[in-house]
Amino acid sequence: MNNNLKFITGLTPTKLSVNTAAQKNASHVLDTTELPTTRTEAWKYTRVAKIGKIDFKNEASTVTSIDDKKVIDSPHTLVFVNGRFSKELSADTFPAGVSVKPLSTLDGISTQEEFEGDIFGALNLAYLNDGLHITIEKKAVVEEPIQVIHILKGEAQLSNFKVQIDAEDFSKATVVQGFFSDDASNSFVNYTSDIQVGVNTHFTIEKIQDEEAGNFHIGTDSVSQGKDSTFTINTITLNGSLVRNNLNIDVIGENCTTNLNCGYLLKEKQHVDNHTVVDHRVPNCNSNELYKGVMDENSTAVFNGKVFVRQDAQKINAFQSNRNVLLSDNATVNSKPELEIYADDVKCSHGSTTGQLDDDAIYYLRARGLSKSAAVQLLVSAFIAEVIAEVGNEDVKTYIYKRLNERFGWDINPEDFG
Amino acid sequence: MITIKNLHANIEDKAILKGLNLEVKAGEVHAIMGPNGAGKSTLASILAGKEDYEITEGSVSFDGEDLLEMETEDRAREGLFLAFQYPVEIPGVSNINFLRTAINEKREHLGEDPISAKDFMALVREKSKLVELDAKLASRSVNEGFSGGEKKRNEIFQMAMLEPKLAILDETDSGLDIDALRIVANGVNTLKSDNNATIVITHYQRLLDYIVPDFVHVLYDGRIVKSGPKELALELEEKGYDWIKEELVEA
Ligand SMILES: Nc1ncnc2c1ncn2[C@@H]1O[C@H](COP(=O)(O)OP(=O)(O)O)[C@@H](O)[C@H]1O
Ligand SMILES: [Mg+2]
Repeated sequence: MNNNLKFITGLTPTKLSVNTAAQKNASHVLDTTELPTTRTEAWKYTRVAKIGKIDFKNEASTVTSIDDKKVIDSPHTLVFVNGRFSKELSADTFPAGVSVKPLSTLDGISTQEEFEGDIFGALNLAYLNDGLHITIEKKAVVEEPIQVIHILKGEAQLSNFKVQIDAEDFSKATVVQGFFSDDASNSFVNYTSDIQVGVNTHFTIEKIQDEEAGNFHIGTDSVSQGKDSTFTINTITLNGSLVRNNLNIDVIGENCTTNLNCGYLLKEKQHVDNHTVVDHRVPNCNSNELYKGVMDENSTAVFNGKVFVRQDAQKINAFQSNRNVLLSDNATVNSKPELEIYADDVKCSHGSTTGQLDDDAIYYLRARGLSKSAAVQLLVSAFIAEVIAEVGNEDVKTYIYKRLNERFGWDINPEDFG
Repeated sequence: MITIKNLHANIEDKAILKGLNLEVKAGEVHAIMGPNGAGKSTLASILAGKEDYEITEGSVSFDGEDLLEMETEDRAREGLFLAFQYPVEIPGVSNINFLRTAINEKREHLGEDPISAKDFMALVREKSKLVELDAKLASRSVNEGFSGGEKKRNEIFQMAMLEPKLAILDETDSGLDIDALRIVANGVNTLKSDNNATIVITHYQRLLDYIVPDFVHVLYDGRIVKSGPKELALELEEKGYDWIKEELVEA
């Protein structure tokens, strides 16, 4: 086994019935690949060497309650601790048209078989602890969200966790994902998903990332969209020392809409890296990416957004925007929106801005009687509200505003911003 | 209400105000006129508390307190208001909501209870009517996409909402057509009382037909070089500022 991967020598390979071809490929990647360094293009601004120095374990653990580790109150909540399914804390009834099965209960788990050198994807599969398979049945319109909670617990734990979602044709549903931790440090959740969005299907993910400082989160959502479908993911990153989110969206059917919205609100030495790939293979589709960050203290953020428009994918509208506000001189952002367009009849734009709050605006508000901190809070709230407004579920919004108050002392009245 | 004594101020080592004296009492309206670059906006900014200036000499007392030692927001809460020559646009921040915050911060500072939602909305209705500001504009993002005239009316709307003791209007008339000018002047005149005072900075005598000043001062090269009754404005309009320059040379 590769020397660079001694961080996983303490782990036991997966016992789940993952298909053998995938398992073989995953082992091969792990045997032949080193941890990425900043010389690796896709990891240029994100150092994972720290992860390589930890001697990870993967121990079963329990939490007594999820009272302060949930995004919303939902009777359809599923809980995982260190990647393992917690039957006691999880619901067993679901809305009509929804079936949910832990991966550990399945006889065969089919996944992608190629990893293209993606060490974390290979790691996830080869050491997969558990996860979920959610099916939204054909034509099911599910109003109540399904909530999936993952909790990291303990010292130097590595959780390999996967969510598979099959949103069948003409269905509509929302999954709320909450990533938390409980007394964890130096622990690492390595998450993947396989999401199939069927024909004429509306599927939404509201993802909250709120692990404690001192922990790592690397996740890859792989989505494939059938024709006439809408896929939306709203990611709000509130905490965690190192967070890397990969979103890979294959738009394989015509007339699709893809919405990727993300807000990250960082302080201390937090590092958040968002990599998105939207692959427009067919004509007549729209994709919208809105990534906004508020960065305080010594935090760093990376945005790398790729949009491919293949040769025959005419009439594509692809918009991408990454905007950052720096609240401290020590915060930094590396932003790289990329468009690769091989079709000629398309409307694409990308933009990236990073700057301080407008001093003239702060002075103006103070000259009307607002304290400096109230002025800053108002400007920051106005800035980030645009992303939060995209969150469709009111209870998720309430959670976000509550946490912004706890972490930053921002007392935001959501009604002021919509 | 405000007493400015021998005020000297620099920006980036360049002297802008060079010994400015001015006293304004409650119930009075003072006009400050002067050529471009004389230092009128600089004076207004220093009074409002903009931090880019270095005060090298002099003092400003506002209701007996040392104004220059006060934070910008405390000056506002104590009743000083500047209608900006160039109001900033603040995308995403609702005009109304920020004004509610401003009013409540002022009230808290003065030891009063916050304004009720009902009273606040009544106040918005009353004051937006006074300056004929469309209620929709009043609740949009601060100045975003407003025309020049709308921005100026919004400044007077905010002034009406905050009911300051001392209002400083920095070229509020520039760029306004005669209708807008009348509306703005009417707003200012309606708010005028024995307990408050107004400093009107302007380029043009025209405004002073509508807001009649008790005193007119000429600010030239960082100092008040001439003061007189409202007729002085007409004289300036007629003769221009060269006449003042010549007088200065003779003196
Ligand atoms: N931020 C600044 N930096 C450098 N010089 C400035 C700045 N602001 C104003 N000035 C200078 O100060 C002088 C007075 O400007 P200002 O107060 O705006 O004049 P007025 O309002 O009377 O036209 C001008 O010479 C102007 O160029
Ligand atoms: Mg000026």
